[in-house]
Amino acid sequence: MAPLLSVDDLTVGFSQPNRSISAVRQVSLAVGARECVAIVGESGSGKTQVFMAAMGLLAGNATAQGSVRFEGGEILGASPSQLNGIRGSKLTMIFQDPMTSLTPHLKIGTQLAEVLVCHAGKSWSEARIAARRMLERVRVPDPARRLNQYPHELSGGLRQRVTIGMSLLCEPSLVIADEPTTALDVTVQAQIIDLLRAVREEVGMALVLISHDLGVVAGLADRILVMYAGRIVESADSAELFQHARHPYTAALLKCIPSLSGPRLERLPTLPGQPPQPEDVLEGCAFAPRCPRAAERCRVERPILQDAGDVRRVACHFPLSP
Amino acid sequence: MPLPVVAVNAGVVMNTGLAMADPMLRVADLRVEFGARAALIDVTFDLFAGETLGLVGESGSGKSTLARAILRLVPSSKGSVLWRGRDLLQCEQAAMRPLRRDLQIVFQDPLASLNPRMTVGETIAEPLRIFEPGLDARARRSRVAGMLERVGLAADMIGRYPHEFSGGQCQRIGIARAMILGPKLLICDEPVSSLDVSIQGQIVNLLLDLQRDVGTAMLFISHNLAVVRHLSHRILVMYSGRLVEIALRDALFAAPLHPYTRALLAAVPSAPARDGAARRLQTPSMPSPPVGVDPAAPLSAPESGCAFRDRCAYAVAVCGTTVPPLEEVAAGHWVACHRAREFTA
Repeated sequence: MAPLLSVDDLTVGFSQPNRSISAVRQVSLAVGARECVAIVGESGSGKTQVFMAAMGLLAGNATAQGSVRFEGGEILGASPSQLNGIRGSKLTMIFQDPMTSLTPHLKIGTQLAEVLVCHAGKSWSEARIAARRMLERVRVPDPARRLNQYPHELSGGLRQRVTIGMSLLCEPSLVIADEPTTALDVTVQAQIIDLLRAVREEVGMALVLISHDLGVVAGLADRILVMYAGRIVESADSAELFQHARHPYTAALLKCIPSLSGPRLERLPTLPGQPPQPEDVLEGCAFAPRCPRAAERCRVERPILQDAGDVRRVACHFPLSP
Repeated sequence: MPLPVVAVNAGVVMNTGLAMADPMLRVADLRVEFGARAALIDVTFDLFAGETLGLVGESGSGKSTLARAILRLVPSSKGSVLWRGRDLLQCEQAAMRPLRRDLQIVFQDPLASLNPRMTVGETIAEPLRIFEPGLDARARRSRVAGMLERVGLAADMIGRYPHEFSGGQCQRIGIARAMILGPKLLICDEPVSSLDVSIQGQIVNLLLDLQRDVGTAMLFISHNLAVVRHLSHRILVMYSGRLVEIALRDALFAAPLHPYTRALLAAVPSAPARDGAARRLQTPSMPSPPVGVDPAAPLSAPESGCAFRDRCAYAVAVCGTTVPPLEEVAAGHWVACHRAREFTA
């Protein structure tokens, strides 16, 4: 069966007055129906740009090469009207900051109903009923009152519930959530993670979770892809990735997360150095300058993402043993 | 309200070996109001020389306001901030200035806290220009170069501007600026929150090294409990403008007493351990706070009763009428909860 979303050899670059930079370099990935895939990486690793390309939302100075197919249709180069037939209905996105992704001067009810009026051809009165039902589904208390409120009257957690509800109105087959809990407090974050998990079970859509936080994706994702400097360096089944990372970057990232349990450390584990800048010309492995296992080969020859087990793929000349 | 300070001192001296008779910083009954809203209410705590005090709480709880009120960056309406016996809140501006060399702060957003039009060298040299005007240009330059290297940057970066650096490097510059005078108190307001996880550890370790070298006391504000756990001697938990729990680090993580602290700990997502252990710390009796509670609401909540009661699974009638006082329920362990003693039993 063809995957729901397939990205093949995607490269995204940005041209600026004095320079051009590569944010995404030859990324290939697939998301199957009902699957939850997490993309993890640090800022600047390109994780968001892969999916901005998939949504047809790249900035004006961006160039994309390769292919992004959703339900068989090519996204790259599609016209706005073709894209609008998919975006907001079959393929939706949840952004990091719910305050800026909601329109400040429209009531919640109007914003939700508008989705159904535009994409599903419903009347406003039908759409408002459906909007109210959706607020109940995403566990917004007192939904009738919330419909008549403006975004600023809601807390951050409630606003994110509203955007999650909005993303589900047209029964999408794929929802892309870009750092959906990063702007929220930890107690509210836990509620939103629980909500996403519950909604996935009820609705059965596929979910792409973009995050810098391995802890957040741990409880949700079936599969995790780790990105570094614009490339996927490791992909694995979620549980297996946490049990034994094979790419040294993944291993270092896991080690760097300070824990609430276990022995307290006098010093936090660190990863020396910094990630490369997008404009850097990279020869060999981008992680080599920070890698404890790097050898001469790593500095001259770029490792290819290769199969290393059932669902595991690693881009490393000297991966950690399983 | 009873003052917890004296007994907290005793607990610290007993348990951490910080053999300091007098606290370096003693904040008492501090209150800050923004219009009709009280952002800080009756905040009382001590900080000892060389001690690292972690301050946790969610956004809007008053953590940053506390940091700013101590340094008089926002006005307080009540209370005192005794710095080595002298009340900073009563100082004239002119008297305040020389004290500032010992009181430094590192902010959350490393780029926004640096002047974009000053080179890194000028930024780090500015405190020296102000407080050590006798220093000649050469001596100043060598101090700045030495400090740059101390925070892990190359001395030849001295002429560059902030935009040429990454977030982690900018935070190193902010730390260099704060530490060049060897301050006695460093307030860190979410210093690693905007940094990637692989950079966070570098910055925290740098702060710990500098603290050890200089003997600086630290007030470390963070919403990340795991980071706070690794570097604090004692931890303050803040909710809705009040301190709700004060405890030594190990006591707090082993047996958090305030229901809010428990909820906070239970909510931290973590990567599963290698043996596939539970993904979240479980504190079975503490449910998640109810959905839809507006985190902005507690600030405007009436000052009668406990501000946490609407989210609290243990709330009883008295919680709606009386503000629970901060009381010592075990040696050095202070909690503001009517039912705290039931949890210790």
